[in-house]
Formats: sequence, structure tokens, C-alpha cells
Amino acid sequence: MLPVIFVMPVLQLLVLAFAVTFEIRNINLVVVDQDHTMMSRALISKFKAPTFYTIKGYSQTYDLAAEQLKVGKAHQVLVIPEGFEKDLVKDTKSKVQLVTNAIDGSAAAIMNAYGMNIIMDYNQDLVVETMGGEEFSQPFKISYSYWFNPQLNYTTYMVPGILALLVTIIGLFLSSMNVVREKEIGTIEQINVSPIKKYQFVAGKLLPFWFIALFELAFGLTLAHIIFDIPMIGSLWLVFGVASVYLFATLGIGLFISTLVNTQQQAMFLAWFFAVVFIMMSGLFTPVESMPGWAQQLNLINPIAYFIRMLRMILLKGSQFSDISRPFFSVVIYAVIALTLAVWRYRKVS
Amino acid sequence: MQPIIEVENLVKKFGPFVANDHLTFNVGQGEIFGFLGANGAGKTTTMRILCGLSSPTSGKVKVAGYDVYTQTENIKRNIGYMSQKFSLYDDLSIAENFQFYGGIYGLSVSKIKERTEELLGRLGFSGEKNRILKDIPLGWKQKLAFSVAVIHHPSIVFLDEPTGGVDPITRRQFWEMIYETANEGITVFVTTHYMDEAEYCQRVSIMADGKIVALDTPGNLKDTYKAATMEDVFLMIAR
Repeated sequence: MLPVIFVMPVLQLLVLAFAVTFEIRNINLVVVDQDHTMMSRALISKFKAPTFYTIKGYSQTYDLAAEQLKVGKAHQVLVIPEGFEKDLVKDTKSKVQLVTNAIDGSAAAIMNAYGMNIIMDYNQDLVVETMGGEEFSQPFKISYSYWFNPQLNYTTYMVPGILALLVTIIGLFLSSMNVVREKEIGTIEQINVSPIKKYQFVAGKLLPFWFIALFELAFGLTLAHIIFDIPMIGSLWLVFGVASVYLFATLGIGLFISTLVNTQQQAMFLAWFFAVVFIMMSGLFTPVESMPGWAQQLNLINPIAYFIRMLRMILLKGSQFSDISRPFFSVVIYAVIALTLAVWRYRKVS
Repeated sequence: MQPIIEVENLVKKFGPFVANDHLTFNVGQGEIFGFLGANGAGKTTTMRILCGLSSPTSGKVKVAGYDVYTQTENIKRNIGYMSQKFSLYDDLSIAENFQFYGGIYGLSVSKIKERTEELLGRLGFSGEKNRILKDIPLGWKQKLAFSVAVIHHPSIVFLDEPTGGVDPITRRQFWEMIYETANEGITVFVTTHYMDEAEYCQRVSIMADGKIVALDTPGNLKDTYKAATMEDVFLMIAR
């Protein structure tokens, strides 16, 4: 079991850091060009330039292209209607249609934005060509800068979150299976007839996993630094301080679950329930800001959300203790409550 | 004989089911007390109450001078328990199990070492102390579990069917251990289904349907029921 505990996080970090990305690198496009003019071809060639677009094919009718969309061969269909060039020249405006497969909503939004950008860009070129003058076309210029992650690098953003997950899974699952396992094999009887104190028993269950999880965090941070070159601006001491307290909370929840149930199956089910809800709501995969108000409120009782936030703040932004004191003390309260519940719920006398 | 376990009108109910119905008995210090009864007669329930693992519904119960309602932790400091189910840690070595349980009872490191050597020496296991428990045959494990139950030299040791599933030779050795333990002044409270073992006890009680239906020395019981063996007595009563 011990080797598994250490191999698992490495795989998790390596696979997830590369795989969990919202960038779309390969969009299959089918073009329906019913105009066949210089201008329509110019627009199509705009789509050929970026590496993330692959033109899968050309189709004469929209129906044939839509078929490609249905069978999953195409992500997007660009329709340039007949008379596109004529209208542009005559009325100085025309229409194109962009159809996107929205089975995956967030991917569709991104693909749509990509497509719109290219069409806008083409539009801009046309304006410059026909009206002349760069100044005219660009009355003002917007320049962006992204703080704390200037290149909007996905791994920079994801890896601290994945590290948080890794520590959480170790903490929550190992601890929730532990006490109940002793109930199943019967060794707990032998413990319960001994004069051991309840808090001693819980502490004994807590500490090994606490050390393992902290070790894994150190291990994960090292990998993150070597392989992904994750910035570590803030104090690593602070990172471990936060993690130590966070683990008391997570292990507390796990041990509480374990004292509550009678079989490992029940423990697994409960631990999964909490893990899935907490992870999905934590802001790791979707921004908390885009959740409805009540869901954001729910994150007040989500230890993972606090932990991910603090990890990102310390590692990427170099936050000091004073910057994270609020989430930090929330986690402290959480840990106290979870451990108290675990000690209270562990029964030596049935 | 000074009583070390005093039970008066002990009742234990699980919902409408009465597992222990007004039990009254005493066990004297240093005695080997056999607690017999058919499966489901309520033996294990009583034993769990005496060990402080379960609370009685009503009645007066004192173990080693402590009350089972309010002083379970004091009781636990003074007793040893070997459960029906094997309950040492299978993934630890013999020595590690001794260390662990010795530690729980607050023995010093040197004391644990001394007791481990002494108990393993008695079993002839001294050379095997680093073996992992899961590789050891059941009979041996039972003897080890018994040794762990007395590692802290308790006043009473409770044995719940200690010889279940064990071969006759090991059973014989097991009873030798029980006698040695009793000679050290430790009271032995033992349940069993083997009636030949009941003959080894100083006194036995026989339970049926949650009640104690007989309590005496094996000799007296055989006289009373005019039976040749304890097995015959048991069959007459417990049916």
C-alpha cells in the first residue's frame, strides 16, 4: 500500500497538470463556401493561419456539413452564403454563419470566441483596405496584462490546485477507511477494552496520515518546481503551516466519517460524496465567481476552497500571513470542529 | 473467597429482546470460572458488559471493585480481554503487537521487553518474535492473543471462546496456560463450547435463554443431575 500512496500523487500531478486545461488546441472546421469569390477565399485563408484550426473539409451544402457536426467529425461549421462578396461591395455589409457543437458548453464558448476573433480580424483588414489608414481603423488600442500569471499559463494555475487535491485525497480517504477497517476486522474490540483515552486513539489515527500527506505535499511541490517550473514566490514555511492546519481539518472529517459508519463501503461512499462536492465547488475547475450566490455561500463550509485559495495566493502572489489570515482561521475553526466531532463520536462503550 | 466480580439482577435488553434476564452471580479472586451456554444464550453479551464494552439496562455490576456504569475506564485498566474473533494486528510482527498493547496499558519500554520475553519464553516462541502475525497458524495466534491479554498483569482476564477452531493439542496447551495464569493470582473468566474444558474450571455457570440455570462446581453439578460427564449435564439443562 505504501508505494501506491507515493506513486499515485506523481501520476496525478503529471497527468492532470497536462490534461486539465481549458485551452482548445485543435478545432476541426468544415467550410461551406457558397460564394466562391476572392473575398470568401480570403476569409477562409484567415482560418488556415492559426495552428489550432484544422480545415477538415469543404462542403457544398449546409446539410452535408451539419452531418459532419452530428457524427462528431467537425467541431465548427463556417457558412459563407452566396452573394457574400457582392453584398460587401454594394452594401458594405454581409453575413456569415458560424455553427458550433455545444455538447461541451465551456469548450463551445471558447471555440466560438476564437472563430469570432478571426472574423473580426478579417473585418478589420477589409476596413483598412477599403477606407485606408491604420489610425482610422483603430481609434484606440487596448493592451492587456495579466497579473501573477503573465502568460496565463495553465499549469501555473492548475498545479497548486492539483497539489491541494492530492493532499486532500490522501487525508480524506485513508483516514475515513481507517477506524472502520478496525471495526470490520475486529481489532477495535481489543482497543476498546483497554484504558486508552479517546483523544489518544484519534491522535494515533491522525498523525501517521498527517505526516504522509505533508511528505507528499513536499514531494509534489518539488516535482511542480522541477517539471512545471511553478513560481513559488511566497514563503514555503507558510505553505506548510497552512497545509498542516488544513490536514487536521480534512483528517478530522475523514475520522469522523470513519467513526460514524460500520463498513468500509459506507465510509467510501460518504468520503466520495464530500470529496466530489467540495472539489467541484472549490473553484479548481470552474471559477467560484461564476457560481450562483448560494453556491458561493456554500463554499464557506468547503475546506478545499480555502486551501486552494491560500495555496495560489502564497505560491503565485507571494501573499503574507496577514493576507490569508481570514481563510486561515476559518480552516483552524474547521479543524477544531472536525476533530472534536471525531473524538466525540468514537465510542468505546456501545 | 473475596468476590472480584459481583453481579446482581443484571438485565440487558436489545429493544424487546432480553439477552440477559436477571443474572446474579459472583466470581472469586483467583478462580477459574467457566461461563457456559448454547449459542445465543447471552454469554458474550454478559462478558461485554463485564468488560465495559456495553452498558447494562439495569442491575448492579461491579468488576474489580469498580462500577460498570460509571467507572468503565478503571475496570479496563484492571482487566485483560481476548475476543472470540482474533484481534491482534495481522500486519504487525509478534513483538510489535506486544509493544503496542503494552504501550496502551502504560507499561515502560523495559517492562514491555521483560514481559514479552517472559510470555514468549513460556510459549517457546522467543525465536519467532519478528514474524509477521498473518503468517502464523491460528492455534499459535490464539496463544499469543492470550499472552497479550495478560501482558499488563490484570486482576481478571476474560476469554471469549478462546479455543474455538483449535486442535486438541493446542487446546491442552491453552489450558495449561490458563492454570499458570490462575496460579499467578489472575482470575480467569472463560466461555467455551467444549464440555471437557468445563471440567477444568473450578466453578461453572450454565446459561439458557438469557438466564443462569445452573451454577456450581463441575463435581456437584454431575452429582445433582446424576450425569457421568459435564456434556451430559449440559445437554440436560441447556436444551
